[in-house]
Parts: sequence; structure tokens; C-alpha cells
Amino acid sequence: MNEMTPTREERVANLKGMGCARKRVEDARFTQGKGNYVDDVKLPGMLFGDFVRSPHAHARVKSINTEAALALPGVVAVLTAKDLEPLGLHWMPTLAGDKQMVLADGKVLFQGQEVAYVVAEDRYIAADAIELVEVEYEDLPVITDPFKALEEGATVLREDLEGQTEGAHGPRRHPNHIFLWEQGDKAATEEVIAGAEVVAEEMIYYHRTHPCPLETCGCVASMDKINGKLTLWGTFQAPHVVRTVASLLSGIAEHNIRVISPDIGGGFGNKVGVYPGYVCSIVASIVTGKPVKWVEDRMENLMATAFARDYWMQGKIAATKEGKITGLWCHTTADHGAFDACADPTKFPAGFFHICTGSYDIPVAWVGVDGVYTNKAPGGVAYRCSFRVTEAAYFIERMIEVLALRLGMDAAELRRINFIRKDQFPYHSALGWEYDSGDYHTAWDKALKAVDYEGLRREQAERLEAFKRGETRKLMGIGLSFFTEIVGAGPVKNCDILGMGMFDSCEIRIHPTGSAIARLGTISQGQGHATTFAQILASETGIPADMITIEEGDTDTAPYGLGTYGSRSTPVAGAATALAGRKIRAKAQMIAAYLLEVHDNDLEWDVDRFVVKGAPERFKTMAEIAYASYNQAIPGLEPGLEAVSYYDPPNMTYPFGAYICVMDIDVDTGEAAIRQFYALDDCGTRINPMVIEGQVHGGLTEALAIAMGQEIAYDEMGNVKTATLMDFFIPTAWETPNYTTDWTETPSPHHPIGAKGVGESPNVGGVPAFSNAVHDAFRTFGLTQAHMPHDHWRIWKVASDLGLHG
Amino acid sequence: MSKMHLKLKVNGQEVETLAEPRELLIHVLREKLDITGPHIGCETSHCGACTVDMDGKSVKSCTVFAAQAQGAQITTIEGIANPEGMHVLQEMFREHHGLQCGFCTPGMITRAWRLLQENPNPTEEEVRFGMSGNLCRCTGYQNIVKAVLAAASEMNSAKEAAE
Repeated sequence: MNEMTPTREERVANLKGMGCARKRVEDARFTQGKGNYVDDVKLPGMLFGDFVRSPHAHARVKSINTEAALALPGVVAVLTAKDLEPLGLHWMPTLAGDKQMVLADGKVLFQGQEVAYVVAEDRYIAADAIELVEVEYEDLPVITDPFKALEEGATVLREDLEGQTEGAHGPRRHPNHIFLWEQGDKAATEEVIAGAEVVAEEMIYYHRTHPCPLETCGCVASMDKINGKLTLWGTFQAPHVVRTVASLLSGIAEHNIRVISPDIGGGFGNKVGVYPGYVCSIVASIVTGKPVKWVEDRMENLMATAFARDYWMQGKIAATKEGKITGLWCHTTADHGAFDACADPTKFPAGFFHICTGSYDIPVAWVGVDGVYTNKAPGGVAYRCSFRVTEAAYFIERMIEVLALRLGMDAAELRRINFIRKDQFPYHSALGWEYDSGDYHTAWDKALKAVDYEGLRREQAERLEAFKRGETRKLMGIGLSFFTEIVGAGPVKNCDILGMGMFDSCEIRIHPTGSAIARLGTISQGQGHATTFAQILASETGIPADMITIEEGDTDTAPYGLGTYGSRSTPVAGAATALAGRKIRAKAQMIAAYLLEVHDNDLEWDVDRFVVKGAPERFKTMAEIAYASYNQAIPGLEPGLEAVSYYDPPNMTYPFGAYICVMDIDVDTGEAAIRQFYALDDCGTRINPMVIEGQVHGGLTEALAIAMGQEIAYDEMGNVKTATLMDFFIPTAWETPNYTTDWTETPSPHHPIGAKGVGESPNVGGVPAFSNAVHDAFRTFGLTQAHMPHDHWRIWKVASDLGLHG
Repeated sequence: MSKMHLKLKVNGQEVETLAEPRELLIHVLREKLDITGPHIGCETSHCGACTVDMDGKSVKSCTVFAAQAQGAQITTIEGIANPEGMHVLQEMFREHHGLQCGFCTPGMITRAWRLLQENPNPTEEEVRFGMSGNLCRCTGYQNIVKAVLAAASEMNSAKEAAE
């Protein structure tokens, strides 16, 4: 070996494979303003669409007069439901088995609902024209409270469903009822609760909020009438599904539709669904023969496009006097708004909410969810969480705290004695899940030690005494959270979106000179797929990550996949990527054997090459093998080096983590200063620690927003009170604390590389940590439950109600 | 609506275009001048994705009328890189993972570029305050702050070395 020959360590480092904090390949474009987002798409002759939206939350549409708008120079068309009806497109199916108006068909059901679609030569003319569309409304009674919606004699919101007693998910018991979905054993759970030594009961509300990615939703539709092809650029987290839906809705054959997700400016679940803007833009392009762009503004985004949460969770938790949990009961009233447009796998109308037994060994449980229509915007999307998992985690992590209060027990200890033990995995939960792996005690102990939990409790007790002596007006709160996520949807046998199984895919092509391109069925919205998926392939194929291009989002070139949401990219597409890489390696092994004139089994893989066993000087590198695959005839093998893998996961993955938040709360102003936040995540095998840490920082900040101030609020008339970023809280650099991140590593036993996904864990685990800290500060004054968001006013009110203002 | 003859200096180049006086600067830049680095996140001056530099100040170009920008010198993210390569801020954002989806990034860097001219040696607190007009939904700011502080330090070292 001469000194120019790289050592094995150098060869490993050169790969920039799994485990390395590889810098992102996306960044050179983004930092220089060379991203290509949907609003950057500019086509010759392109027109602009804009919506006339309803100012009323519930009203009959008596008439729509488009004459004045059409007379404005530069206006090309105005579409109403009447124009869409002959095409059967005035309504569209939702992902949840319901249907939704594309444009108001006789009535409007929420403020901001799409009423008419104006197409004009530029966005200013379109904006002028929507002011000229005259709509005559007749007010109807408004219902914004899901409990009132289910009262006898309540105004019927969905007249289109009148008389339909069967919904997509079973019987409807009231005209405003959507479904009752149950899991677990109700009778056995109620029996345990009736006979329990201790029962804690609480109503936990997880308020309505919104994913609010910095880029709003939008699309450009371009129908080429000459060749009959429709190209649709858009902010789509699931471009392949959008293609299938567009084909089914429009009747255009699927091969004649090309859907392109360009760069996406954040998704967080907001960009999974199909919105009226997409449908209207496609129709407008077909009608006008020109490309049509539609990009919603922020107010439209917050008012009309896919809210999240809005779960009223009534809980009962039973335990022994020593604190061993014996049963969990939960009835949830889920406010779905005017249409059931939740983005959940078809068979799960409440998503994976039944992960709500959390990280605890609870022998018996029942959960029932009633879906309800109200005069609010449709949605119910998974805002940076797997389907309804954040609601579940918040519920159980609040119930544990309420139980700890009831028992007079330390909440950290209560968690510890109820954790599923390491030797119990794979663990079958009372609500039907098989947790693949976990080591909760190790993670919890590491977290408590890292923050000096006992020291914090001592400090808190001293602070409390000082408060009582009148020496300070600030209380200290310690927020604990231990969460188990369920991500990576999912096995095709029970997970589908509109009938499409939730597999994912990767296709790899190795070039003659040893570099490669890989295409996936997912689409990055900031997660850095172009960086991290290349790392998986580098480790699997021995081709340096810097020599692998990753492409996603173009349905004409990428293999079919179900997209990126629910932390599914790494668990599902990441697995497909690893397996496609292994197929490449399997063929490479045969080529190497031929070149080295040995049997396949006489070779072993070493970083980037096949080496003859016992003869380390005889080897073929992947680059040499790639070249050989194109330049010589190898008996029994096809030329070229390509592979494709469609991966159907055998199970979900179950990332978990331990979060601890410490805050100082000013009793008189309601201000909460977060002085410490420790986040331990176990996402299985770690592909890129830098990217993981970035995901945790971001998810925690979204959790901070949700817990401490962010909400979509309505008044009784159904007016949205939080429709701009002035009212809808997004933390700035000023409010956001620094976070300390940490990890344990418990690989998933069923995933090819043991990875579990991480993007959503910090949101799921973060919300209870922040909220529990607020509750904990007031624990000794008798507070059991205060609803989020814990903004200054609400915290002040808590203090006031507890008599702390003298 | 009648249009005005707009003359601007954008990223060092004299440009002319016709625009309605009510048109927003961000639309003039993006639609008329094909400068698509600055983005539109809210159109209400809250998010800062549209931040550009106008006559030596950071402005949110979604709340500047074309008419107000008449004769202005404007620098956008496209004008920040040096002819030799990326500006140190751009390098530090990459180095410290100060971006994810990239949508806020042009505004962030353009704002940081001005901030470091106003205050070449800021504390973490001053960076957090000085950048608080720019929202990010992905990063939680921790790495953005780190990147800006690292850039300040690099720029100061380079300046010292040159002196």
C-alpha cells in the first residue's frame, strides 16, 4: 500500500454515509435565492386566479352576479358552482370519505369558504375583480361549539347529507354527527374504573390551531390542448396521490397528468390535502387554454386551508394507591368543521389517536371519538405529527400529571413505575398496537440526571416558600413529558389514502463512472432528503454521498409513493432506499465475482468494494463494478446497474423521548420565561445528527407556539379572530429559547437500517412539556387543568382564579 | 390603472420598468424583474420573507409601494454573494444548519447582512432582537443565531487580518 492509497477510515469518511453530520446539499441554492418554489414558476401567457370568499360562517347564497367583474378589463373568467356542476366538480371527495364544496353550492358553511373563482391577467386585476362580484347572502344560525352542534334540534349544517344515517365510518346519530369511532374494551375499562382505588378525571382540550408553513398553498395548472397533457406544479406533500386524484376527478387519463412538487416552503401537514384552489385552477386552465396560477395569501391560508387539532378529550385514569395504572378511558368530541377533510389513513377517522396509552403499561383501555360538524373551516390535518398522535400524547401526559396530583406523588416517579419495561417489547397495547422497541427507563433516568431533577424540585420548593413570604412574584414550573410516537404509516394491509396503500419507493440508477441518481416517492419540505437519503445510499452502495443526486416530486420521473407527512419518509422511503441499495450491491457482487474470477460467496463487502476473502489485495470497487456493468458483456447478467424497491412496512415505528422544560412564571403579568429546555430523542438509528438536531429545534418551537399562544379562534358568529400573523402567534427569535438536545439509540427491529423518524417527535413531546410546566407552577395552589394556549392573559387568569392576586 | 416609469438600482444594476403606483415592491421585483429570491409569506409585513435592503435599511418589500421605491438602491439576496463566491453569511448558514425549507432564508440573510453592518459585533441577545422581524417555521432560530454570530466573528477576523 503506498501512501496515496486511502486507509479504510478515509474511505469510510469519504462516503459521508449514515451517522455523519453531512452539510446539506440543498443549501447552496437556498442561501443564494435560487430556490424554485411554486410562486417562482412563470409560464408564457400565465393567468392568475383568486377567490371570492364568504364573509359569513353560515348563510344561504341567494345569488351571485359576476357581470361587473367580467366587465373589468383583464378579467378572463369567473367560475361559480354553476359552471363546475356540469363537470361534476362543484363538490369533491375528501380524504376522510366525506365530500366538500369546491365552490359554494347554494350555501356557505364557514367564514372564508370559496364562493367564486376569478381568473385575470395579473394578480392585481384578479384582486380588483373579486371585489366586483356581488353575492347576496341570507344569514343562517351559526354553530361553533361541537357540543351545541349535537344538541337535539340544533340547526342542520350539512343539508346535503340529510336523511343519511350511515356515514363513511358507521352510523350517524345526529344530522351534525360524522362518526363514532371506538377502540378497546369499554365494558372492561368501565368496570376497572368503577372498582379502582383511585380515579382521576379531567376534560383536556387541545385547541384548534394551524400548521401555517411560511409558504402558503398554491399551484400552477397548465393544460396543453395540443398534446392533451396537464402539468400541475403545486405545494403538494403527496404529489403522486394528487395525480391520481386529479385523474379521477377530471377524467384525464393518469399518464396525461404530470404533477410536480417543486421546492416547498414548509408543509407541516398543511399541504397534504386537495384544496378548491387546485381544482379551480385546473378547470380554469382547461377552459382558457392558458396556464393559471393560484397562490393563497396568508389570511386565506389561516382561514380556509386545513386547521389542526380541536379535540375535547374527557379522560378517566384508574390506579392503585401505590400509583400503578389499572385502566384508561377517553371520550373525545372532535370538531371537524364544515366538511370532514381530515388527512388520515382511510380506516382511521381519528388517526392513530389510540396510541393514547402512551409509554405506559396500561392493562385495559377504551377510546371513543365522536366527529362533529360545525361552522368552521375543514381540515384536521396532522400538524407536524403523525395522525392525531400529538392529541394522544398531550392527553396521556396531562392525565398522568392529574393522576400524580390526585395521588400526591411525584410525576416523574409515577411515570417511571408505569413505563413499559424494556423486556416487554414488542409490546401489545390495550388499544391494539404492537410497539416495536423501546428502552424508556434508560432514557428517563438519563434525562432526569441531565437536568438534576431533584435539584430543580428543591429549588422550586424554596421559590414557593419565598413566594409565600412575599419575596418574589415568580413561580417556577417544571414540565415533564415522556412520549411515544407512532409513525411511518404504514402497512398496506391497513393503511391507505383513497385506496392507495401507504408504501413508498426508491429507484436508483448507477452511472458508468460510478456516480448515481436516485428518485423517491416522497418530497422534502425542508427535511433535507437530498442530503440524508444520499447518506443511506452511500452506506449501502459504497458510492460517496457527494456523487449521488436525489430527486423527488416529479410524477413523470419518480416512482409512485405516498409522500412526506406523518414522519413517514425515513421509516418507509428510507427503508425502500436501503433495500434498493442492497439490490444494487447484490448485482454488483455478481459482477465483481465475474471480474475477479471467484465464486460470489468468496467475496465480502468492505465499505466501497468487494474483496476476495483472505486476499485483501484482490478487490473491485463499486466504481469499477459500475463501469464494468456498462462496458462488458457479463454472462447471465443484463447490462447496466439499476434497482427499484417498493417498501411495504411490516409495522409502524415507535420513536420516543423525554423532554423537560423549566419556566419562571410572573404571577402578576402572566409572562412565562423558559429558562431551560432539555430534549432527549430516541429515533432509532441516526442518519444525520445535524439534521436531527435541526428537526428537534424546529419542532420544539412549533410546540412552544401551540402551547403558549397559537390558536385559531372564532367568535360566536363564526368570525375567525386569528387570521393574520398579528393575531396568530408564531414565535420570533426573541421569544424562542435555546434548547439542549440529547439522545439514546434504540434501533427499530423491523426497519432495514433501524431508523424510526424524528421530524414530528419534538412537536408531539414538546406541547405537553411546555403545558405541564405551566400547570406545575400552580400545582400546589390546586390547579388541575387549564386549557391551552397558555398566553399571558390565560396564565394571568389562572393566577387570578386561584386567588394569587391578593 | 395608469403606470409610472420606475427607475431603480437593483443589486448594482440600473433597471427600468413600468408599474402601477400601488404595486408592491415585492411584486415588481418578483414579477417584473424576475428577482425571485425574496419571497412572499404574509403580505402584511409580519413574516419578513420579502426582506430586501433599500437605501441602506432593511425593509419588508411587501409593504413598500413601487412609487415609494422610485430611484432607490435595492439589494436582494441575489446581490449579496461576492463575485468570488458565497458571502460568509451564506456559508455560515450552511455550516451551522441555519435553514431547512429555505423559504425564509433569503430574507433572513438579507436582514443579517444589514444587521452586521449596523452592529458588527453583536451579542446573542442583539442578534435575536435584530432578527425578530423575520419568522422561521423550521429551525427554531437556534442555528440561525449561531450562524449570524459565527459570520460576525469571521468577518471581524478577516477585517483584523486585513488591517
